[in-house]
Amino acid sequence: MDGPHDLGGKEGFGPVEVDEPEVPFHHDWEGRMWGIARSTGAPGWTIDWWRHMRELIDPVSYLSRPYFDSWAQTQIAGFVDSGTFTFEEAVTGRSAAASGDEPQVLSREDAVAADRRSAHRFDRELGTAPAYQAGDAVRARRLGRTGHTRLPNYVHGCVGIIHAYHGAHVLPDASAGGEELAEHLYSVAFRAEALWPEAAGRNDRVFLDLWESYLEPG
Amino acid sequence: MTTYDSTKVAALHRELHSHLPSEPALRVKALESLLVEKGLVDSRTIDAWVEAYSDEIGPKRGARVVAKAWADASFKARLMADAPAAIDELGYLGNATAHLKVVENTPEVHNLVVCTLCSCYPFSVLGMAPNWYKTAAYRSRAVREPRAVLKEFGVELGDEVEVRVWDSTAELRYLVMPQRPQGSDHLDVDELARLVSRNSMIGTERDLSFRAEEQS
Repeated sequence: MDGPHDLGGKEGFGPVEVDEPEVPFHHDWEGRMWGIARSTGAPGWTIDWWRHMRELIDPVSYLSRPYFDSWAQTQIAGFVDSGTFTFEEAVTGRSAAASGDEPQVLSREDAVAADRRSAHRFDRELGTAPAYQAGDAVRARRLGRTGHTRLPNYVHGCVGIIHAYHGAHVLPDASAGGEELAEHLYSVAFRAEALWPEAAGRNDRVFLDLWESYLEPG
Repeated sequence: MTTYDSTKVAALHRELHSHLPSEPALRVKALESLLVEKGLVDSRTIDAWVEAYSDEIGPKRGARVVAKAWADASFKARLMADAPAAIDELGYLGNATAHLKVVENTPEVHNLVVCTLCSCYPFSVLGMAPNWYKTAAYRSRAVREPRAVLKEFGVELGDEVEVRVWDSTAELRYLVMPQRPQGSDHLDVDELARLVSRNSMIGTERDLSFRAEEQS
């Protein structure tokens, strides 16, 4: 979707605040939100549906509120959508009915072990041959799609070269709707001057990982 | 039931934005209390995740991967060929690294990693992403004017050096292997690892030589 999240190449932002303290969490609530996201979810959530929910935050909020605040709002909206709790419960922070459930308690060591087990793979077997191979010229499709996609605006219509083939991976556009569909995935290298009017003659490249349906022969 | 209904979730966001407390800390506190009351999570588990990502799971892991690759050519070969398997040797495979790729800086090439669409990051080897990595300023500019961004980080590159920007648009994640600093030949893996900064593994730092001088 053409949302505020699709930031690549947008002008007017900056400079980057390079001097922030190098700490994992800058506020306690950021750590709490990280812990909540690592330990809760609802049936049917895929990483792509979660990302899409976050993209659906209204543009002004998306660009102005703190990063982990957008995680909180996404998690809350997702739980209300999935029926885990109601809108009223969300805004009051109080459960309408007590629960007898006893959730498991993880120690720090358990969390480290659980993190190791969370190395989820997204590659899948696919019976068809990839349409492109390294060195082929490809054009990123000019029209994206209105739902979730991982084809950024800034490469629409631009020509790049297949840099590497990575096998078939789960397609985010489908996974955001709860459907698992595998498609061939490639790293595509774009010369800076193919992307940006001011980059003529600059010897730089931008690499994106793009699914086959995002591409057509260059 | 999860609906996968974009229109519904967009409307929920608008309603939540008007009705939730404005202060992020209060929003998260309310969410945690509700989840605890519902019996869906225990606060001690949230504590455990915060602790795990405060020390054990952080950039020290990535630094060790880089240092070991500098010191051990066969490990480096395995890392470049199959990074998930190589980091698993060290127990570092985990969150967001099942499709890790290592990209190597050379005198002719400088690599820079970004996620323009959200904030994808190789958590199990670098821990929590810095704030700047998640800002609109970095995400918008890293692909368009990487040299200007690098200059803000103190990295100035001549025209002879190619900048390669890696936009993490799929589930592949990228870790930059910085060049081994001059004057570090006598150091062992532990000492080498102390030279490797977090930013050098994202690509916003390049020359680690001064760190080697400080060490010696």
